[in-house]
Amino acid sequence: MSSAIGIDIVGMTKRFGPLVALDHVTLKVAPGRVHALLGENGAGKSTLVKCVIGYYQADQGDLFLAGQRRKMLSPRDAHAVGIGMVYQHFTLVPNMTVAENLVMARASVPFKINWRREREKIDSFLQKTPFGVRLDDPVTDLAAGEKQKVEILKQLYLERRFLILDEPTSVLTPGEADEVLGILKDMATNGDITVLMITHKLREVSAFAERVAVLRSGRLVGEGDVSDLDVHDMASMMIGSRTLPTPVDREARAFPPTTSRQGLQIRGLSADDDAGAKALREVDLTVQAGEIVGIAGVSGNGQRELVETLAGQRNASGGKILVHGETYQATRREMAAKGVFCLPEEPLRNACVPAMSVAENLSLRAFDRRPLAWRQWWLRKGAIRQMARQQIARYNIKPPIPEMPIASLSGGNVQRAVLARELAPEVTLLVVANPCFGLDIVAVAEVRRALLEARNRGVSVLLVSEDLDEILELSDRVVVMFNGKLVYETPIEDADLAVIGRRMAGH
Amino acid sequence: MPFRAGLEAVLIPLAALIFSMVLFGAVISLVGVDPLAVYALIYKGAFGTWFSWQNTLRQTAPLLLTALCVALPAQLGLVVIGGEGALVLGGLAAVAIALAVEGAPPVFVQFSMMLVGMTVGGLWIALAGVLRHYRGVNETISSLLLFYIAVAIMNHLVEGIMRDPASLNKPSTRHIGDANMIGAIPGMDVHWGLVFGVVACIVVYILIFHTTIGFSFRVVGGNLRAAKMAGLPVGRLIVISCFIAGGAAGLAGVFEIAAVHGQANASLIAKYGFTGILVAFIARHNPLAIIPVALLLGGIEASGGLLQRRLDLPDATKLVLQGIAFVVILASEALFGRIRFFQARPA
Ligand SMILES: Nc1ncnc2c1ncn2[C@@H]1O[C@H](COP(=O)(O)OP(=O)(O)OP(=O)(O)O)[C@@H](O)[C@H]1O
Ligand SMILES: [Mg+2]
Repeated sequence: MSSAIGIDIVGMTKRFGPLVALDHVTLKVAPGRVHALLGENGAGKSTLVKCVIGYYQADQGDLFLAGQRRKMLSPRDAHAVGIGMVYQHFTLVPNMTVAENLVMARASVPFKINWRREREKIDSFLQKTPFGVRLDDPVTDLAAGEKQKVEILKQLYLERRFLILDEPTSVLTPGEADEVLGILKDMATNGDITVLMITHKLREVSAFAERVAVLRSGRLVGEGDVSDLDVHDMASMMIGSRTLPTPVDREARAFPPTTSRQGLQIRGLSADDDAGAKALREVDLTVQAGEIVGIAGVSGNGQRELVETLAGQRNASGGKILVHGETYQATRREMAAKGVFCLPEEPLRNACVPAMSVAENLSLRAFDRRPLAWRQWWLRKGAIRQMARQQIARYNIKPPIPEMPIASLSGGNVQRAVLARELAPEVTLLVVANPCFGLDIVAVAEVRRALLEARNRGVSVLLVSEDLDEILELSDRVVVMFNGKLVYETPIEDADLAVIGRRMAGH
Repeated sequence: MPFRAGLEAVLIPLAALIFSMVLFGAVISLVGVDPLAVYALIYKGAFGTWFSWQNTLRQTAPLLLTALCVALPAQLGLVVIGGEGALVLGGLAAVAIALAVEGAPPVFVQFSMMLVGMTVGGLWIALAGVLRHYRGVNETISSLLLFYIAVAIMNHLVEGIMRDPASLNKPSTRHIGDANMIGAIPGMDVHWGLVFGVVACIVVYILIFHTTIGFSFRVVGGNLRAAKMAGLPVGRLIVISCFIAGGAAGLAGVFEIAAVHGQANASLIAKYGFTGILVAFIARHNPLAIIPVALLLGGIEASGGLLQRRLDLPDATKLVLQGIAFVVILASEALFGRIRFFQARPA
């Protein structure tokens, strides 16, 4: 295998209109190491690596490769010199097998593919890598961790020697993340590849990276050897003078007398997945007012279908949903009257209209009510803009421009915008799925605090998360979902990690 | 809209139009005709004299309304191309009601024609919406098939129970009566359909960008999953938008009857519905942009006769131009966001 390459970024500047996303960033990425890139949401991490890969053109600054200046006009130029990128979302073709995906990814696919020869090539290539993947499985059948491995494998197969990973572990369980990053680290140590990874998880940085660089508001504010820094140092470099919000306590539950105690009741609920196979099998679950129920489980066991059914994005095939004791069919009127809100995963795909502005997206829940609408049919644009300004300030959404299309916000800022909308004062039932994906440490602390505050106010919270630590930190009750059924339930006081882990695996 | 993005929305279609004119010129020279003479003639036939201006405006009127039939459902991500069907049935219904209330005061007859024509046109396109939402039938295909059905219905009625026995070699319905005809805008030889069309474009613009239902349309078109999460009644919104869209095309049919032909026959199928698709796409489905674009294409339509007479070019010449323009415009969509000049830059 060819050996690792390093790059030098010198004085790179990138502006989007008035916004300076990168401000003279100079960074040396030495070959054969694992480098971590840290920073708050909107700090410019994705923009920096997109400039390196040629997806964006920097306004100023240069890129040197082995001492030679290079211009990346498109990702193709970067690929040609061995720089590759793994994105946060998967780019594999779902109904093709792993082997087919590898072959099709090549820059020039022959008109007629000699599958036997290709197969031999892939097999001999696989021998040289530490990845154990089954080549003939269709990608749809793979778990998130395996898909991420295939994404990386694809880059290696294409002979990329400089790998950029943008939040590669946000969709992985800690176990999966450790495995993938461990392999990458070993390969880097061997001198096969150089890794530049963006992450919000400081634990991963400490465990796998050797060098770390920190961006804040587009500027490089610190770098160093990971061995010299502890988690605390890195956190304070990221957030600067700001402080983490203080966590709130889980107060003893005091039920407001007016709300009925049964916030959400799910009775025998069944639903099918997109392919028409049974995904939810007669689920029964109750979430009381002022309670957080955490649903743990390996992804793909029906959690997504459960959230979608509750959010109104999927029709149930059986059973029913009651909110405050009354049947609930996820109509707009019911949502408003009963105060049902939802924070789904992948907010840009599930809960936003990408081409519409931040202000319009923030008003998605209330645009047809006072004060945003006059007589339910006329949009009061002034009121919408004013509401958006307030929410942007309150939730620290960057950049603070209500007219900006929401798709041009950084991942974490999209999440904040949806959070701002869904944590409305009138919420009584909140369905939440992986609320901290892609958020920086400040935002994670803020979200968790907001969820606990809501609970203390008497809101029923259903929390679906693949992060077991998050579930254990927030929940009053933990439920394990496996194969479309709820297979285990325990109050938080008696929760035993080992038992939960076993139930998640189906034992 | 930021200035550069606005510029992008104007300049790219404009450049595409100019490029298609050049391509068209190349085709024309293949036939051995001087393209410059053709351009000059198109200009003359479209905007050269007051006479040709009026000609153009008469063509513009139905295009405004049929383009709306495409642009409104497009807000919800629907591609409805069967506006011609709504136009035909709207016109036919207008004749039917006019003959049914014969003898009533003209204002009443005209009002009934508009109401009934719009309703029938609306229901026709709404049918495509219903099929789409409740049966998963692709609205592009179904609206096109509905156009053929509409033509069959018209032929059946015009050659059957609605036929005026006096119409011998061109089967037609009876005339609605000169008193019931909608006249011209004072001072010009252009009927009131033009004013209705312009007003309709403005009203639909306001509907889309300033009302809550328009907001809902845009949410459905922008991301169906988000629309469902917000609890929006997706099916109902689809059907409503198709109904309004069909109503606009139906109104175009009413004016074709009440201001132009006076009776329903094969002339009603003048393909304004199809040119309207082109108008809507060039206008990028913005109802206000439809107004100038409809004027431009109305001009091309209007100059067809002159080309035929002066240069002996077949009437299909203008179809060639429209076809080229349509393909180039669709291809130019891919340019959006790709040209660096239009991207946000340091202020
Ligand atoms: N195409 C674009 N148009 C306008 N602004 C943009 C665009 N892409 C990014 N930005 C802005 O540039 C800034 C940096 O964004 P970037 O995506 O690099 O942040 P990030 O550090 O990756 O954050 P996150 O952790 O949330 O992913 C943000 O303020 C963002 O809104
Ligand atoms: Mg990012």
